[in-house]
Amino acid sequence: MKRATARLATEEPAWIKALILAVVATFLVLVLILPMVTVFVEALRRGVGPALEAIREPDAVAAMKLTLLTAAIAVPFNAFFGICAAWAVAKHEFRFKPFLITLIDLPFSVSPVVAGLIYVLVFGAQGWFGEWLIDHDIKIIFATPGIVLATVFVTFPFVARELIPLMQEQGVDEEEAAVSLGASGLRTFWSVTAPNIRWALLYGMLLCNARAMGEFGAVSVVSGHIRGMTNTMPLHVEILYNEYNFVGAFAVAGVLCGLAVVTLTLKTLLEVAQPHGRVGH
Amino acid sequence: MTAPTDRNIVANAPQRTAVQAAPRRGWTWRRRSAIPGFGLTMGVTLAILSCIVLIPLSAVILRSAGQGPADFLSAAFSERAFTAYRLSFGAALVAALINGLFGLPTAWAMVRYQFPGKAAVNAIIDLPFALPTAVAGIALASLYAENGWVGGLLAPLGVKVAYTPLGVIIALTFIGLPFVVRTLEPVMRDLSHDVEEAAASLGASRLDTILRVIMPSLAPAWVTGFAMAFARGVGEYGSVIFIAGNMPYKSEIAPLLIIIELEQYDYAGAAAIAVVMLLVSFAMLFVINAIQAYARRFA
Repeated sequence: MKRATARLATEEPAWIKALILAVVATFLVLVLILPMVTVFVEALRRGVGPALEAIREPDAVAAMKLTLLTAAIAVPFNAFFGICAAWAVAKHEFRFKPFLITLIDLPFSVSPVVAGLIYVLVFGAQGWFGEWLIDHDIKIIFATPGIVLATVFVTFPFVARELIPLMQEQGVDEEEAAVSLGASGLRTFWSVTAPNIRWALLYGMLLCNARAMGEFGAVSVVSGHIRGMTNTMPLHVEILYNEYNFVGAFAVAGVLCGLAVVTLTLKTLLEVAQPHGRVGH
Repeated sequence: MTAPTDRNIVANAPQRTAVQAAPRRGWTWRRRSAIPGFGLTMGVTLAILSCIVLIPLSAVILRSAGQGPADFLSAAFSERAFTAYRLSFGAALVAALINGLFGLPTAWAMVRYQFPGKAAVNAIIDLPFALPTAVAGIALASLYAENGWVGGLLAPLGVKVAYTPLGVIIALTFIGLPFVVRTLEPVMRDLSHDVEEAAASLGASRLDTILRVIMPSLAPAWVTGFAMAFARGVGEYGSVIFIAGNMPYKSEIAPLLIIIELEQYDYAGAAAIAVVMLLVSFAMLFVINAIQAYARRFA
């Protein structure tokens, strides 16, 4: 053997490793890292002042408030649904269970635009309840309730699909012990199940929140794009961009980018708290 | 360890895994259990699922069914709609292929190699899940435009990316990137070193081992990741519209066409296109579930 360092038979030669890493690095830089850098470079093109101004402007503030409000409703709602669904699905055996799980996952397979469209067809002026809603002066489409509904739809499975596999893995022994010792159902959940699932619950809510704050397609269909009224942050980015106000668009985008960085950081920390592999959206 | 009825891939499951009672599937609706709350949680689950997902989704199907087959077909398969499907499905397919091609070495590097900054790279792979699609859209559009950093390099070569179908592919590659990597990683981590050692000790070259021992066990996860990336790409809207240019018959994607029909108050036309897209989504979901069921059976 002429080679100076021996290589394990189950490893690739060093030059192959280097080549793979180079290819991967180039791919990730081109597709992921450069776009993120672009956002901040474009936002600060004319310095910090104009960028800050674009964020402080009343329409931008209104958009931020609406985005926060939407997430503040959609995330707890989906967390509640996810816990209920996971309790029913993971702690009990019944027929058609895989079918029910598929139905819960369904919103991930539906185009966001279609997600917005279905609520227009139900609550819009020409929709099922359109006339009744107009008669009673209730606005859902082109108003905040529609935005919340569309957001709930696109973020629907996040918590459930995080909790169901985990609670299935954990089985029912601990809960059965608690119940047989006389604990009520709610007590069993709080004292036995909740501590076992808290990290996965937070993880699901974190991803749910990121999507809720960033949703564009579904919200775009139901929002009506009324500035300062029914514009969420992503929609505000679109309006500024289409007005060729690039500094403003990228400044607001920079805020959302910061949100993404916070999400990824928290996600990494949660993965340390409870390691688990997952495939998400 | 894989949960019995789950289409996620669960790796590194918590070590305290309780031994679950052997699944008993009698002919009853459900197995009696000591755990309370089934009726309540199942009721809440079904009620919310129906109100948020099932009933509204049925609205789009009923709306397009209500217009008669001739109108439906002419709305769903007009020439403009047809070219939009071709772009949406074609670009999603190419983007999923790109992700399949580069996702494999990416997942391999994440699982097998040590390199500086690995934790950061691991976090950033999920960026497409965390970054709002509209932000990705405007960033990619300015990056790949003719005066952008990357577009500027490609322009002298006569390659136009932004505002062409190529731009759509770039956006969908961004959106689909994590799917292949994240589906492959747990399977790669669970690969047994023994079979690789056995192959090597029997004289297989490293390339032979990879192609004939490792790759076959990765195939189901690879196809699953590919299918998920494709399914996501078909319906994607936010990241695409900024870079696509949105020229009718040229760079107009199917979801955009739904929005255009809606803006013209042609609800039935929008519903018809939505139904076609829904059917494709359901077919993809079915394929993904079938692959995973197959992989579980032969794992």
